[in-house]
Amino acid sequence: MTAAGTTGALEDRNEAELIERILRGEKELFHELIRPYEKMLYLTAISIVKNETDAEECAQNAVVNAYRNLAKFRGDSKFSTWLVTIVVNEGRQKLRKAKRVKEESLDEAIEGEEGEFTPAQLTDWREIPSEALERRELRETLQKAVADLPDIYRQVFTLRDLQEMNVRDTSAALGVSENIVKVRLHRARMMLQKRLAPYLKKATAPERKGFWGRMLWS
Amino acid sequence: MELSCKHVWARISEYIDQSVPAEVREDIERHLEHCEICSAVLDSTRNILVLTADNRTFELPVGFSKRLHERLEKELGSEEEEAKK
Repeated sequence: MTAAGTTGALEDRNEAELIERILRGEKELFHELIRPYEKMLYLTAISIVKNETDAEECAQNAVVNAYRNLAKFRGDSKFSTWLVTIVVNEGRQKLRKAKRVKEESLDEAIEGEEGEFTPAQLTDWREIPSEALERRELRETLQKAVADLPDIYRQVFTLRDLQEMNVRDTSAALGVSENIVKVRLHRARMMLQKRLAPYLKKATAPERKGFWGRMLWS
Repeated sequence: MELSCKHVWARISEYIDQSVPAEVREDIERHLEHCEICSAVLDSTRNILVLTADNRTFELPVGFSKRLHERLEKELGSEEEEAKK
């Protein structure tokens, strides 16, 4: 899983030490400090700006800003959370500049709808093993389903489920309440299940053994 | 308490995150024992989450890391220039 999710007490201590050394002048160590978070930076950025080029630029700007402001990092939050907050702001700035930012009222309207968030009703489920991800078609199907989630759901889903950030840190990074994080995550998961489950079930139906290797995914 | 399928769906996410209160958890588990639809909803949701969170599903663009560190190196270098002035 991602580094953000597995950062334990030992890593936190090492990180604090690294930060101290960087601030005392060993600035080249900043490369090491951010190395575990490269994917986190990119996934967070793309969940907001939705295209690769902008996401990469946001990630780079975030790293430079984090370096310039490192002395302001107090250590009362995790370094990873601080870094995510910076990249979220970069992404939002970029959207504002492109005037692509939606009115919050539109988001609220989506938030009020209940009907969309019921799952696809199946009677059984055959486990799809992770090895199936070797197939590009499956990876692309999953990527597309996540990309197509409404913005507010995709952002929460990316932090909570792709980067395994906890509810509190996600709430801090996105500037929404913990309850909103929970509601949006639930809806994002239901929307993914509704879209993907019937499709994946069909693709792995038992009477079509070996299907992964042929027809639908070819 | 006897839960309806709709009540179970509304709690699925919290159930997966193990953040439902113990008594609700028990109600959900009792429901799952006899409801194959809710069991399939739960299993498929979990399966989809495992697949989307897998490192292979979302990859960094080729050269991303190299370009990121080059940009950082430029920043670190330009600071040195400033200091020399």
